Amino acid sequence: MAGKLKWITDIEKSVLINNFEKRGWIQVSENEEWNFYWMSIQTIRNVFSVENGYRLSDDQIVNHFPNHYELTRKDLMVKNIKRYRKEQEKEGSPLAEKDENGKYIYLDFVPVTFLLPADYNLFVEEFRKNPSSTWIMKPCGKAQGKGIFLINKLSQIKKWSRDSKTSSFVTQSSKEAYVISLYIDNPLLIGGKKFDLRLYVLVSTYRPLKCYMYKLGFCRFCTVKYTPSTSELDNMFVHLTNVAIQKHGDDYNHIHGGKWTVSNLRLYLESTRGKEVTNKLFDEIHWIIVQSLKAVAPVMNNDKHCFECYGYDIIIDDKLKPWLIEVNASPSLTSSTANDRILKYNLINDTLNIVVPNGEIPDCKWNKSPSKEVLGNYELLYDEELAQSEGPERDFRSRPGQLVGMKGSRTKDSGRSTLTTWK
Amino acid sequence: MLHSEGELPFVIAHMVQKLRGSALHSQLERQARISLHRSEIKLESLKEDIKEFLKISGWEKKLQNAVYRELNVHQLPSHPLATAEHIKEPLAYMRRAQASWEKRILKSLNSMCTEQSIPLARKRPIAEQKELLIKWNEMGTDEPDLSHFRPVYAPKDFLEVLINLRNPNYENSDQPSFRSHLGLIQVPLQVKSIPELTEHFKELGLNIGQLGIDDSTQVPAELFEGEHIHIGNKVFRQQDSAAAQQYVRQGCPTALRAELWALILNISNQPEVMLYYEQLKANVILYDLLADSLIYKDVKLTASNDDFYFVFEDYLYQVLLCFSRDTSVLEHFAYNSASPPKSYIRGKLGLEEYAVVYPPNGVIPFHGFSMYVAPLCYLYHEPSKLYQVFREMYVRFFFRLHSISSHPSGIISLCLLFETLLQSHLPQLFYHLREIGAQPLRISFKWMVRAFSGYLATDQLLLLWDRILGYNSLEILAVLATAVFAFRAVNLMEVTSLAAAEAVLADLSTLKVMPLLQIFLFAAVIN
Repeated sequence: MAGKLKWITDIEKSVLINNFEKRGWIQVSENEEWNFYWMSIQTIRNVFSVENGYRLSDDQIVNHFPNHYELTRKDLMVKNIKRYRKEQEKEGSPLAEKDENGKYIYLDFVPVTFLLPADYNLFVEEFRKNPSSTWIMKPCGKAQGKGIFLINKLSQIKKWSRDSKTSSFVTQSSKEAYVISLYIDNPLLIGGKKFDLRLYVLVSTYRPLKCYMYKLGFCRFCTVKYTPSTSELDNMFVHLTNVAIQKHGDDYNHIHGGKWTVSNLRLYLESTRGKEVTNKLFDEIHWIIVQSLKAVAPVMNNDKHCFECYGYDIIIDDKLKPWLIEVNASPSLTSSTANDRILKYNLINDTLNIVVPNGEIPDCKWNKSPSKEVLGNYELLYDEELAQSEGPERDFRSRPGQLVGMKGSRTKDSGRSTLTTWK
Repeated sequence: MLHSEGELPFVIAHMVQKLRGSALHSQLERQARISLHRSEIKLESLKEDIKEFLKISGWEKKLQNAVYRELNVHQLPSHPLATAEHIKEPLAYMRRAQASWEKRILKSLNSMCTEQSIPLARKRPIAEQKELLIKWNEMGTDEPDLSHFRPVYAPKDFLEVLINLRNPNYENSDQPSFRSHLGLIQVPLQVKSIPELTEHFKELGLNIGQLGIDDSTQVPAELFEGEHIHIGNKVFRQQDSAAAQQYVRQGCPTALRAELWALILNISNQPEVMLYYEQLKANVILYDLLADSLIYKDVKLTASNDDFYFVFEDYLYQVLLCFSRDTSVLEHFAYNSASPPKSYIRGKLGLEEYAVVYPPNGVIPFHGFSMYVAPLCYLYHEPSKLYQVFREMYVRFFFRLHSISSHPSGIISLCLLFETLLQSHLPQLFYHLREIGAQPLRISFKWMVRAFSGYLATDQLLLLWDRILGYNSLEILAVLATAVFAFRAVNLMEVTSLAAAEAVLADLSTLKVMPLLQIFLFAAVIN
């Protein structure tokens, strides 16, 4: 008998602690030996920093990859996806096919984005092509809607750049860098309201890539009616769906918290738009998540001690095309409502069941292939090993355009069946 | 809907009269006239040719659907000499009870007006009209002060009325016998027994495919779901109300539901309908009604806080405010035991010629009323379509859930059916709950009054409403209420108070409706 798992966390959240305690694990302090550390992204930076030189042993695991920011920082994610597209194109992959306007048919799933100040000239060029467009400015390193604003005139961005340059010199450092993305100004509205999707994705290893999708994601609704008019540009409640922002709105409801389950969304879309387009939408969402992970897999430090549960933010436009907005490394574990608490408790529970088999002291050399029974509300999204054993021609079929044609072979809707075959 | 042969001519005459003034009648006439220019219409066989033409061009189907609607909605008088009063409600004591209940509601409404010195209705100043027009799509963001408004009544107030209802011609002997009804409802009405219910709901049987059971992950689609969807598409193409109604008894596929329900309810796609909705909307803009505040209050208290429906808050206002002004709703009072409340022009109290129906549709909303609309928001994103479907659902079904009547789908019959089923098939549970002061009806009443809206998960609720439409009856609500008690019987046997029993039954959102109904009706050895 190997003894009890020793855990530690620097995030004092009941959904975590209750889960650890339920398993009979033992809490230890920072200076003691530990097996499982659920840490914030600040801590992970220290743990893996060069000067620290801390080496994890085989019986230790942590909840972040050392350079998770390749995916979770807005600028780096965009950079990696752009690089991935070029690579696919160079290899002559059918994934990189373009339409007559030179747009990627399958890999165009992130809104046009530039880094500021670095890509300022490129941005101006793009802006002039479409001067009536609205753009959203986001600081690269911040989360929960902080520091975000919208612009629709070049003068606004010039003013911003002047202001920030004079204020301090650090503007040039990547910390204060911004991304500017084309704002999705035709979002799908339900009940006249704008929303985004928050989906949870677990990655247990990047090489080979193994990832799981949590079935119980949710839609986050703006409490204020969506009007794309420019006079409302300053009213952040209209545009941002982050709960952290919405909580400050007058209309915030503490019973449902503006959150609607993905199963509600599916029922609504299937009822009003039909089954085929709904299935296609969800297939495409799964597809862009897998592509985003494939895009960062080569640069990710695939440390065997690590796993990560990401919060994916996706916006659906009125043509039912999903757009990847950003990926969060430490999705909020704060519960805004009773249902939210249950959801997050179960999310952690299912995550632990996959990454810590049987709740025993981990051995990070295990093959990371959990049995189906422990998946809970997760479903396998992609398993590179399985996909390869099915033969390389599989990858050929992996374009969303062909997914519909494959409906016959996949029984029922994708929510219920396994999602492994088509990638 | 069963009529003996002798009544048939009478039924036909009634139907002809009913349809004569309708838009469909003039459309048919116009089509027939236009068809005269067609080469296949011959003078020598004019009548037959036109009939054939109307058949091929789909107009015959439309007529059939209209006739079918009338048969479904109106209770045809069983005797040519039946009075209007009799058609509303045949039992005199029920009529009296309903009348005095209405008096109470109206009094409460009037006193609210007087207390707060607000008029029942007023014309909005121009500025306010403009503002409302701009805000039409986001009325939910408006936060009027509604603290001094209270719902006119809640289901539990209505339950008290039903509990105290007695038939003066029936001796309620104080000596309890094994026959006596130990529930709260003490009026003698005929309700179906389990054998009658299994016969009535035979399409829900164990050997018949059901959406809500046989479409689960474990069952391959080829066995039932695939074929069922295929048939559904065919039914939709046929545009036949009766076929659609039969079809949804086995459940309606999600993607077909909006269309098939509209077909069953005979909702037209004509542009006039949209125009009609726009007129109602214009009326909302023009006049402010006290009833609007009641609607606001109700939405804020119910749907706005609901995990499933909060998204549709604005749609609910757009439907309900128009509904309160829709005088075509008044037609349903011909077969509703209730009568529209009347108000009098100031200073003319009691003078019939100065009486006006208030609100204009004759329906005073109560606590939870907006939940009748909320689930429909999942099906129709076009407000005018949503509106029509709701209105038709109301005048066919929902009005029965808050009127005192002897109709088999009326709330009293549902309560009695629920209590009878529970008492005769789960006697131990029934007595136990009664002993601890937790009369089962006190818990299930609100479920039935709201047709389970807001209690079940939406997908399950829609499966339930499929069957309401399919059987043109609300009896399924009482059966489900009983089945829920049966399902939680073990836990309920352990409770010792009403509060504890309510806690056991507080969350129904995880229940699967169809398995519960099927097991209760067909699988349990209870006969």
